[in-house]
Amino acid sequence: MRGAPDQRGNERVTHDKIKASFKVNWPGFSLAIDMVIPGRGVTALFGQSGSGKTTLLRCIAGLERAEHGFLSFKGEIWQNGKTWLPPHKRPLGYVFQEASLFPHLTVLGNLHYGRKRISEAQQTSLDPVIELFGIGHLLDRKPDRLSGGERQRVGIARALAVNPQILLMDEPLAALDLARKQEILPYLEQLRDQFDIPIIYVSHSPDEVARLADYIVALDGGAIVAEGVLTDLLSRLDFPVRLGEDAGVVLEAEVIERDERWHLARVGFPGGSLWTRDKGIPVGRKVRVRVLARDISVSNDDSDRSSILNVLPGRVDAIADDEHSGLALVRVKLGQTLLIARVTKRSAFSLGLTQGQRVWLQIKSVALLE
Amino acid sequence: MVLSDNDLQALVLTAKLASLVTVILFITGTPIAWWLARTQSRWKGILGAVVALPLVLPPSVLGFYLLLAMGPDGPLGHFTQAIGIEPLPFSFEGLVLASVFYSLPFMVQPVQNAFEAIGDRPLEVAATLRASPLNAFFTVALPLALPGFLTAGILTFAHTVGEFGVVLMIGGNIPGITRVASVQIYDHVEAMEYSEAHRLAAIMLIFSFLVLLAVYAWRPGSKRK
Repeated sequence: MRGAPDQRGNERVTHDKIKASFKVNWPGFSLAIDMVIPGRGVTALFGQSGSGKTTLLRCIAGLERAEHGFLSFKGEIWQNGKTWLPPHKRPLGYVFQEASLFPHLTVLGNLHYGRKRISEAQQTSLDPVIELFGIGHLLDRKPDRLSGGERQRVGIARALAVNPQILLMDEPLAALDLARKQEILPYLEQLRDQFDIPIIYVSHSPDEVARLADYIVALDGGAIVAEGVLTDLLSRLDFPVRLGEDAGVVLEAEVIERDERWHLARVGFPGGSLWTRDKGIPVGRKVRVRVLARDISVSNDDSDRSSILNVLPGRVDAIADDEHSGLALVRVKLGQTLLIARVTKRSAFSLGLTQGQRVWLQIKSVALLE
Repeated sequence: MVLSDNDLQALVLTAKLASLVTVILFITGTPIAWWLARTQSRWKGILGAVVALPLVLPPSVLGFYLLLAMGPDGPLGHFTQAIGIEPLPFSFEGLVLASVFYSLPFMVQPVQNAFEAIGDRPLEVAATLRASPLNAFFTVALPLALPGFLTAGILTFAHTVGEFGVVLMIGGNIPGITRVASVQIYDHVEAMEYSEAHRLAAIMLIFSFLVLLAVYAWRPGSKRK
């Protein structure tokens, strides 16, 4: 899936970014975006429905044409003034919310539809894609004989079959039920890890973003309200999109120990370590750990004996109001790492929490995102 | 059941006319249907109404205006004179042209509905898979609209077969050139040849029923999308 690596390798050094600037004014909707995002890894366009994230993605794909816009992809101009590359000439892959497979073609026919339209030099073997998405046994079927999850797997494989230089995904899991989401997510993680291709991923789900994204562009009302590396952005107390129960940080960590007797694994991060359920991930593997604010409680000492395994010392870094007026978010620094705890304002008052104070964090639950 | 040579000639002529009109309308009606299905232009309503006019106009009215247009003082008449071909009225070609107008809605409307039912999405998918708009039309829109095309073709053919008023206005009653089956039946009845009229009429009735049966009972894939 690496098209002409030597040629693009040079470009990457100088033109490593995707620059986009769009102004759209439609009745009842407007979008004004100006952003520079990394040309590698997963960038999430994150926001509530109506925030403009899908429109932004469609502008990048060329499925919408913003009257005023600029778009360059790693140094190639896709849109600038009167210049506008139509979507079929942009080297991208696009995954729609509904798989939108062609009903008159078999799975293989769908995979070949785009592939046979690219130059032979760019055609790579379909086998890795078919294998990654586990669709080898479905190739002769028509889409109406596939399950929802299978359809979306084929849809993603079809987008990859054109050997794109960037993959655009518009809420690929939103049309699926929870079980199907869990079925697809591991494929997306493998896709991210095995294919060296930048992905722009539109989602309103903090969970998906925490698992998949490296970089976040948060949108609200057609404008960018926050932008940055996922781990930094989620440790901001003033994250401008309502996260509710999903508020919390994501840590880049590494498995450092496995306890076979108790089926636990210890993951280390700069400033501490956490015990979590052992998922069979070998020692030394980089993992992503999500710690939700609602799962952390704060105390003044570590004397409480309880069932909680993870009790870590830290210093209060900042305190901010939460969405509910009875709640506060407390950011605590452990070495270089920031964690956010959600406490009631009454507790914050009775503990006398102030900036710089030494506290103990009791962490009830840690989600390991491989 | 024995048909006279005249009856057979009328039936063959009818089939020839209907086939030709159907083929011409597949070619000319499809772009009109595509435009009507996809456009947001304010002219959409006007063109849609014009296309639908033959549904409500008495065939004699349509035939009258076409006759004027094709006549020596009409625009089509001027054109045929300028390029030096036979005048269209009372010719088979004139009949074909008139029938194309008369049967236009029967082609355009089912095809337009089929195109509208497809929506934008499959074409957007095709665009992201490197298909140019024209390429996407032939490889995605046409195959997906196939049931609509079948319906439209059957209806157009059948409607042209059943045409009478426009034929009388434009084509008159010239054996082998413009005397189609419906006119032949009329002639039989005028001449009190009821048994001959019966034969042809029965053929028309059975044909029409089978056509409608095909459209209503056996529409391949039209229920599934």
